[in-house]
Amino acid sequence: MSARALWLAFRSGLGGRQAFSTKGSGRITVEVIEHLERLALVDFGSREAVARLEKAIAFADRLREVDTDGVEPMESVLEDRCLYLRSDNVAEGNCAEELLQNSRQVVEEYFVAPPGNISLPKLGEQESFQHS
Amino acid sequence: MLCPPTGVLNRRCVEAAVMTGLALNCHINKKSLFDRKHYFYSDLPAGYQITQQRLPIAANGSLTYGVFMGNKQSRMATKTVRIRQIQLEQDSGKSLHDDLRSQTLIDLNRAGVGLLEVVLEPDLCCGEEAAAVIKELQLILQALGTSQANMAEGQLRVDANISVHHPGEPLGVRTEVKNLNSIRFLAKAIDHEIQRQINELESGGEILNETRSFDCKLGCTVPMRDKEGKQDYRFMPEPNLPPLVLYDSASLPAGTESQQVINIDQIRDALPELPSATRERLVRRYGMLPEHSFTLLNEVGLLQFFQNVMKETRAEPKKVTSWVLNTLLGYLKHHNLAVSESPVTSSALAELLDLLDSKAISSAAAKQVFEELWKGEAKSAAQVVSEKQLELMQDREALEQLCQSTMEGHPQVVTDMKSGNPRAINKLIGLVRKATLNRADPAEIKDILERLSS
Repeated sequence: MSARALWLAFRSGLGGRQAFSTKGSGRITVEVIEHLERLALVDFGSREAVARLEKAIAFADRLREVDTDGVEPMESVLEDRCLYLRSDNVAEGNCAEELLQNSRQVVEEYFVAPPGNISLPKLGEQESFQHS
Repeated sequence: MLCPPTGVLNRRCVEAAVMTGLALNCHINKKSLFDRKHYFYSDLPAGYQITQQRLPIAANGSLTYGVFMGNKQSRMATKTVRIRQIQLEQDSGKSLHDDLRSQTLIDLNRAGVGLLEVVLEPDLCCGEEAAAVIKELQLILQALGTSQANMAEGQLRVDANISVHHPGEPLGVRTEVKNLNSIRFLAKAIDHEIQRQINELESGGEILNETRSFDCKLGCTVPMRDKEGKQDYRFMPEPNLPPLVLYDSASLPAGTESQQVINIDQIRDALPELPSATRERLVRRYGMLPEHSFTLLNEVGLLQFFQNVMKETRAEPKKVTSWVLNTLLGYLKHHNLAVSESPVTSSALAELLDLLDSKAISSAAAKQVFEELWKGEAKSAAQVVSEKQLELMQDREALEQLCQSTMEGHPQVVTDMKSGNPRAINKLIGLVRKATLNRADPAEIKDILERLSS
C-alpha cells in the first residue's frame, strides 16, 4: 500500500456510516454487550473485557476529529483494482469424498448438523458469565 | 491479489445479471459493490454470505404483466410492478430437516454458487397478482436463457413479504413467507397469510415481524423455527473483492483483455425477443386478442405448435388460433397432457384445417375428425374423413333436390316458415341434414331453403 493510499484511508475514515455507535460518554450498556455476544458468539466474560472494548471504541472515535466534508468515502482499499472475472468453465471439483472426511458424522453425502440453531438462554435466565 | 477462500466471480453471472437487469428495464450500475451479510446457520459454513446490499448491479426497473379479469378469465388487464434492485450473491448450502432423528442434513454442493436476487417493491395486492408476476418473470428468464426458472427444482426460489394496512395508512408489520415451491402454492400462501393477518388484527392481536413457512398439507403458514426476531446481519464491505466495474461502448477502455470486460451495450444489442414483444408480434401479425397471446406463451410448447400449424396450413390465423386455444388446449387440459404429449400433431391439425378451409368438410365434421385423430392411431385427417364418409356433398344440384323433396314432404312446416316462424326453418334444415347423413353445410341448406321458398 502506498503512502498516498494510506493518507486517503485516514482522511475518509468512518464518516457518518458506522454500524455501531456508543452512548453517552462511551460507557456501553449491558444490553449492547448481550446483543453483541449473541450476534458474534463471543463471550466478553469480564468487566476488563468490556473496558477494553470501550477503550477500543474511544480510540477509533478519534477518527471523527478528521474533517471529511466533501470527501467521498473509500469503500475498499482495492478500489483501484479490477475485479477478476473467471470464465464459465469447470476447473475443479469432484472431491466430495475428501471434503466429507472433514466431518465427524455424515449420512450418505450429507453433513450432519443439530436440528437447528441452539438458542442462547434468554436475557435474565442466563447464569452470570463472570469467569476470569 | 484475491484471497482464495473468498471465491472468484464467474463472468457468466455478471452477464446474466446485466441481461436480466436490461430485460426488467433497470438502471445498470456501472460500479457495484460487494458486502458480507453475517448470520449463523449450519448451511452457511463461512458464517457470512457475500451479497450486494449497498450498491447492487441493477436498480429501479419494472415488470409489466397481465392479469385475467372476471370470472371467465376472458379479459386481460396490464399491470406493472416496480423492481427495487437486482443483486449478485452467493448461495448457501441446502438443509434437510430430519425431525425423526433430531438432526439436520446439510448438502453443500450449491454453497458458494452465484445467485441473482430480484427484489420487487410492494406493489402487489393478492396471490393472483404475485402468481402472474412470477409467471412473467419465468418466461423472461427462459427467453433470456439465464434460468429455466423451474420452481419445483429450486431453479427459481420465491420468498413473499406480506403486510396489511388500512388505505391511506403506512404499511403494516410484514412477515416473510418461505418454502414456496410452486406458483399455485405461492398464490395460496399469500392469500392465506393476508387473511390471517387481517383476522389477527381485527381480533385485537398484533403481527410479529417473523419468518413463516408455507405448509402445503395444512394449506396455511406456520412460524419457522430458528428465524425468530429481527436479525442484525452486521453488513460490512467485502474486504476481498474490489468494486465490479461495467462498461458501455463509450467508456470501454482501450487495450484491455476482452475476457475481463463487460460491455452493457453489447449485451443489450444481443438480447433475444422478450415475451411481451413476442405477444405484441402475435397480436399484430395474426389479429388475435391479447388474452390469446398470453395463453399461447403460458403453455409450454403451445406457441411452437401454433407456429408449426400456421406454417403448414392455408387456413386463416383466426381459425388456427381458435382450434389451437379452444379445441386442442381443451382436450389437453381434459386429459392432463402437455403439448409435447399431444396425440394430434401440428401437421395433422394443419391438414384438418385445410380440409375445413376448402369446404371439403363442415365444422361439425371437423370436430369429429379431431376426436378420431386424438385416438392417436396414426391416421391422417383425410383418411378419417373418407373412412367415416364425412365429406360435404359437393353436388349442389343434388342438395337442392333434397331440399325440394323435403319441403314437399312437410307442407305444414313450409307454411310456418313462410309466416316467419324461425323454428320452422331450423326443423327443415335438421330434416335435410339427416337426409344427407350430415354431409351438408347447414348454412348452405338454409340458403337453398330460403331461396326455394321465396
